[in-house]
Amino acid sequence: MTSSDSATTPADHQRSRGLAPFLRSQMRNIAPFLTLIFLSAFFAIASPSFATIDNVGNILTQVSVTGIIAVGLTFVILCAEIDLSIASIANVTGIAVAYFTLQESYVNIANVPMPGFAAILLALALCALLGLVNALGLTIIGIPSFIMTLAMMQIAAGVSALLVRGQIAYKVPPLITTLGSGSIGGIPWIVIVAAVMLLGGHLVLTYTRFGRYVYMVGGNREAAEFAGLNVKLILGSVMVISAVCSGIGGMLGVAHFGSAQQNEFDTYLLDSIAAVVVGGTSLFGGRGGIGNTIVGLFVLGVLNNGLDHVNIDSFLKILIRGLILLAALIINVYAQRLREQAAD
Amino acid sequence: MSQGRSPILELNQITKAFGGVEALRGVDFALHAGEIHGLVGENGAGKSTLMKIIAGVHPEFSGRFMLDGKETRFRSTRDAHAAGIGMVHQELSVAPDLTVAENVFLGNQPTNRLGFVQWRRMAREAGEQLSRFGIDVDPMTRLGDLPIGLQQLIEIARVLFSGARIIILDEPTSALSPPEVERLFTTLQKLRDEGTSIVFISHFIEDILRVSDVVTVFRNGRKIAATASADTTKGALIEAMIGRGGEKLEHSYTDDLMLPQSGAGSVVLKVDQLSLRRSLQDVSFEARAGEVLGIYGFMGCGQLELSRILFGKLRPDGGTLAVDGAAKTFRSTAAARRAGIALVPESRRAMLFHQEPVYKNISISILERISALLLKPVRERAIAQRQVEQLQIRPPVVGLDLGMLSGGNQQKVALAKWLAYPPRLLVLCEPTRGMDVGAKNDVINIVRDLRAKGLAIIVLSTEPETVLSLADRILVLKRGAVVREFAGEAVSKDRLLEAA
Ligand SMILES: Nc1ncnc2c1ncn2[C@@H]1O[C@H](COP(=O)(O)OP(=O)(O)OP(=O)(O)O)[C@@H](O)[C@H]1O
Ligand SMILES: [Mg+2]
Repeated sequence: MTSSDSATTPADHQRSRGLAPFLRSQMRNIAPFLTLIFLSAFFAIASPSFATIDNVGNILTQVSVTGIIAVGLTFVILCAEIDLSIASIANVTGIAVAYFTLQESYVNIANVPMPGFAAILLALALCALLGLVNALGLTIIGIPSFIMTLAMMQIAAGVSALLVRGQIAYKVPPLITTLGSGSIGGIPWIVIVAAVMLLGGHLVLTYTRFGRYVYMVGGNREAAEFAGLNVKLILGSVMVISAVCSGIGGMLGVAHFGSAQQNEFDTYLLDSIAAVVVGGTSLFGGRGGIGNTIVGLFVLGVLNNGLDHVNIDSFLKILIRGLILLAALIINVYAQRLREQAAD
Repeated sequence: MSQGRSPILELNQITKAFGGVEALRGVDFALHAGEIHGLVGENGAGKSTLMKIIAGVHPEFSGRFMLDGKETRFRSTRDAHAAGIGMVHQELSVAPDLTVAENVFLGNQPTNRLGFVQWRRMAREAGEQLSRFGIDVDPMTRLGDLPIGLQQLIEIARVLFSGARIIILDEPTSALSPPEVERLFTTLQKLRDEGTSIVFISHFIEDILRVSDVVTVFRNGRKIAATASADTTKGALIEAMIGRGGEKLEHSYTDDLMLPQSGAGSVVLKVDQLSLRRSLQDVSFEARAGEVLGIYGFMGCGQLELSRILFGKLRPDGGTLAVDGAAKTFRSTAAARRAGIALVPESRRAMLFHQEPVYKNISISILERISALLLKPVRERAIAQRQVEQLQIRPPVVGLDLGMLSGGNQQKVALAKWLAYPPRLLVLCEPTRGMDVGAKNDVINIVRDLRAKGLAIIVLSTEPETVLSLADRILVLKRGAVVREFAGEAVSKDRLLEAA
């Protein structure tokens, strides 16, 4: 499906190494794909309402916000870092764009109304700034990204709380409303935005110099440094990219849900990480890509949606999701080991 | 000699292919109890592959494998270990994040009855073992913080004292300086006399002849010859290895060598009073265009730190650094590279991307130049192909993952990366480590070529031969200070060793 090697075709590998090692080295790409096919087939058989055009549309819409956030997170994980602040940053950006928009009189928030484009720019600037703080903490001070973004998660949540003070805002600029909840020719705009961003992320990772550097830094950070790459700049950039993607996801999400409030995006942290990792991008960095993330998104989307179509205890669903995630993690770590063996 | 007795390990018609590449083609190999068996051959000849088969790393191969006269198949390294086979790999396989003591006892830490690790006992015993081998380190330091030579010694010590009865050493001396090599050889001979069988792989033919009882020569996946060391000579071995008159390829540097009178160009790098904590003290020197400056010293003399400072990876505590007359403080390796400095570090693991294809490893240094935004894979491959051909990297396939190349060929890729760049000042740490005689000679020629093109080159090494074969001027570093400079005068291996 996917992967970093635009120039090394699978056929190259195959010729030089035989089929079994090839399959083993490609396990991280193959396993998630098989999971997706298996889940889809399972739900299609289990429920007549699952495999319909309408429902495919539902799934696409349901994974869009996660997809937008996961684009940036893919960059981060490819560099063998993590960003735990994505959901909080999405939340605060969504709240900010509402904060700078004129609300109906019954909304009890002391906000600062501005023209739509200014509100959007300010919200984007806010998420970029938060991403920059992550970047500086990680690269200049040297705080591990796990800790740094954990702190940022709190900081962003704190800013959200100060802006809305427990209230709910509804209005966002018209552009955001359209992109978040409108549709064109029957296709929701939010699906188009997600598709464009995923495609953009894929192009950047596969065809640009920066994308190559991301893979190299993730593959062997020390070697990247010895090659004279500016590793800190690259790490810093991916943190900012991640925050901005989260911000965009947050703004459209607010329009999509129809309201902006505290803790609205909490489930998106786990979902986004799960999408990237379930898709097969290596937690150790350097392997995987947007293609993997897309497969991961669909695995989660099909799972979440499919469980609604079959009759099971809704509390059991949570457990099932957890188990699937665990299985994906095991495959992820195991695939890394197989690959190392194949290259040994 | 043990020829009369039956071998403890006997391999017949071993064949092993990796996809299309035939690494071994019908190799016979026999190892007797109480012998040191030298193994030589060009880069990619299949030495490591055969040893990995013996150590259970590659369980799939065809041919007959007899241990103690019984046909055996190892399914994993654990099986081999249980059968008393220990191996020091060519690539360091230590655990850098564990302590020295944990590394020494990797896999069999002493535990008490409840299964808890006995830290104090482990540290004490590790310390004792290492000091028997002449290594003086705190067993509780993190291994990754030690210089690579010391890491290599610790790994060797671990295997030597593990009680294995067959010990395989794949280029164990590549990061060691003469005193450690001496100690290693003494230990090997002692173990041999106690009945242990040892396989010793090296590209230093003299070492092989000195320490081993029997020598086997590999070429291109086949066994070419096996003779008693006493019955052969260096020239004959080299000829068997590469198939052409090879004596002139390797100089032994025991006689005096005249360094040229200085005729070099402008000063490219000027280092003044550089110091770094306990590693370097007031080091000053100049590197000139069109000159190779050799820096020689024993392991731990501060060379590694010096190279890191030149490339912006370490910041000195004091002293100044000027490139082309302009003072510089490098905040990152990227800044040093931009100033025209390139470094090839001594450790392959630290400088190569094992999971990426060869061409990406080579093109990384020049991406900035050939692509503003979008990558140009066709151009990248073409440039890489040219370098691969120039350095005769085998196999010459730029799309192959780097991890599939033999050790010596990986080393060539590391050099190829900067040849494509090319910098104003090239700093090479142990540039010929792990290379066969032919390849070493290629490197010597390449470095001379670069020198002729006006590059300033600094070669840092713990091997006197490396420095002597490349340098026009030699500094000797001892405990972080420059203690001697050889310029325009006679120098030899002995004089270098004496100064260090
Ligand atoms: N895991 C692997 N996958 C594919 N090819 C491999 C693999 N390991 C080794 N080879 C190939 O097998 C051949 C023999 O390699 P080997 O490592 O045994 O050489 P060597 O004699 O140890 O060389 P050196 O002196 O450079 O270490 C080489 O052509 C190498 O590219
Ligand atoms: Mg080898």
